[in-house]
Amino acid sequence: MIDANRTPTRGRLASAVADVRLWFAPERLRAEGETPDYRFSLANERTFLAWLRTAMALVGGGFAVDQFLPDTNSALRLAAALTLLAGGAVCAVRALNHWVRCELAMRRGEDLPVSRFPVVLGLAVGVIALVMVGLVAVRWGG
Amino acid sequence: MAGPDSPTGPQDPERPDPQSPDPQSPESPDPGSEGGPWKRDPGLQPERTRLAWRRTTLACAVAASLAARQALHNGTGPVSVLCAALAALAWLGFLGVAGRRIRAMSAPRPPALSPRAAAAAAGCTLALVAFGAALTR
Repeated sequence: MIDANRTPTRGRLASAVADVRLWFAPERLRAEGETPDYRFSLANERTFLAWLRTAMALVGGGFAVDQFLPDTNSALRLAAALTLLAGGAVCAVRALNHWVRCELAMRRGEDLPVSRFPVVLGLAVGVIALVMVGLVAVRWGG
Repeated sequence: MAGPDSPTGPQDPERPDPQSPDPQSPESPDPGSEGGPWKRDPGLQPERTRLAWRRTTLACAVAASLAARQALHNGTGPVSVLCAALAALAWLGFLGVAGRRIRAMSAPRPPALSPRAAAAAAGCTLALVAFGAALTR
């Protein structure tokens, strides 16, 4: 999903593979466009790190749910833990992908890529928080 | 050319002589030149980026501790200990990437993050998930 003007026939899988190859080929990234002001690159890097911290918080939360809610229904606890862990993993991969896309867009002088991911993540975290409130309430009530 | 008594110099007037042999005025509008004691970003971008790496390393330490605890949660067999050790190793890997990047931030104009370093940092997070959750039942 690097190139917004790409023909749809190439498919999302092919563009995803192209993105993955770009992660490990710094010379290909540097061959694109012009080097932006270093401050913009650093801002992009900090955004990447903020997303990575979000991913780590989700991962840590997943482990914490499994370790610190021992009296909860085990299936429910495992489901919540695995959801948080999977969310953290997705968040980390997406952070990397978004960083590469932003870096490319800045080098090419294009608009920065827009993403639905923050909305999806925000809604998902809200739902999980409500479920957790329910779990704690059930524990106290029972 | 601005001497120590120049009214345009922002540095304290009692400083006897700038350590730098460079007689250039500190307010010289020359964004292209590198280095120099006064050539720094007024927005402190390298410093902010360095601190961002530090707190991300801290977050990684918390996540790695929980991952190691998770690996040892269901017993302390050799596989559990190995998973916990690998989670700790993932944190050490992140520490290495962050340390290199923090050192790069001491340059006046740090180069952009390389995709390999970014992939390594994200990969450490994925490794924590894998090693921590490997034995979860």
